[in-house]
Amino acid sequence: MFYIDPHIHMVSRTTDDYERLAHAGVVAVSEPAFWAGFDRSPAGFLDYYRQLTDVEPARAKQFGIDHYCWICLNPKEAEDLGKAREVLAEMPAFLNKPTVLGIGEIGLNKNTPNEAKVFQQHVQMAIDQWKGDGKPEARNTKHEGGNHHLILIHTPHLEDKRKGTRMILEMLRDFGGAISPGRVLIDHVEEHTAKMVLDGGYWAGMTIYPVSKCTPQRAVDMIELYGAQRLCVNAAADWGVSDPMNTMRTAWEARRRGHGLETLMRIFYNNPAEFFGQSANFKQRRMNVSLV
Amino acid sequence: MTNPLPSTLSAAQVMDTYFLETRAKLLEIAATLDRVDRGRDLAALRGDPRLIFIHEALEVLQSAAPNRAERILNLYSIA
Repeated sequence: MFYIDPHIHMVSRTTDDYERLAHAGVVAVSEPAFWAGFDRSPAGFLDYYRQLTDVEPARAKQFGIDHYCWICLNPKEAEDLGKAREVLAEMPAFLNKPTVLGIGEIGLNKNTPNEAKVFQQHVQMAIDQWKGDGKPEARNTKHEGGNHHLILIHTPHLEDKRKGTRMILEMLRDFGGAISPGRVLIDHVEEHTAKMVLDGGYWAGMTIYPVSKCTPQRAVDMIELYGAQRLCVNAAADWGVSDPMNTMRTAWEARRRGHGLETLMRIFYNNPAEFFGQSANFKQRRMNVSLV
Repeated sequence: MTNPLPSTLSAAQVMDTYFLETRAKLLEIAATLDRVDRGRDLAALRGDPRLIFIHEALEVLQSAAPNRAERILNLYSIA
């Protein structure tokens, strides 16, 4: 089965992991900008964006994988508003790179006022920097609201998640009709946040990550509870204890319960292809599954 | 806004599939609580919110009401 990992931090992984992903059926990965494990200087961000937009696509290509990315200053480094201002000033140049899908993963970490301020600045940039995607009308996914760059949102961990998710939804609502929920994916949902995200019309991501997030079993439970519409699954493998195979493990879990190929393809291929496909930079198209 | 997928397994099939791994997880919890009891200076842990959370979560498991995972996550969430 072919699949897409919609959230994975390949800069932190070895080239062997690209090979393992290719063997497992991955044809495309999407890599949001994130925290490196230490706070960087503004110059460090420029190097990081070059790594995301130049180095990783070439590394992935060796294994037939298309690498896409997202650009932002992550919420863990948003406390320093001066640094945030410097980094945000450099971002527009990277938004026009050919493998960039949008702005992300922005969001909240400890739900602080400064994090909220920088989150809002990123959303405003997604609106202000939108110049149209130049793609044929037929490929446009119908959505309500305004046009803007696609947005990928990180929600906080553990005890901060529910409050942080509510804050993010409120801030998005404050942008009114300028934001199209169908062009926003809110990630790392769990049982207590999935419904509020989906009810808002947003896409939701479930992250299969040891200890702090979700398991394959719980992710498939949520698919059964809420349906396959606008739900994606990712590994978010990074420099922590994590596993790039966890997205595929979730597909196996769904298969072991008897869910059919059409459902599997929808969740693990067509849903990310539909959301990312709203960017002209994303090449993979949705696939039909027909049984003869 | 959501369209649930029908469950593919009967309740008995779910139990057949997941009983052993659930048993293992319960034993891990029991062993962890035993380890806490054997730890030095147990009295200093009295009133620890994490320990209270674990015991409240175990009460959720004993209830017959649905959405246990969501209710445990809510217990663990700040306001």
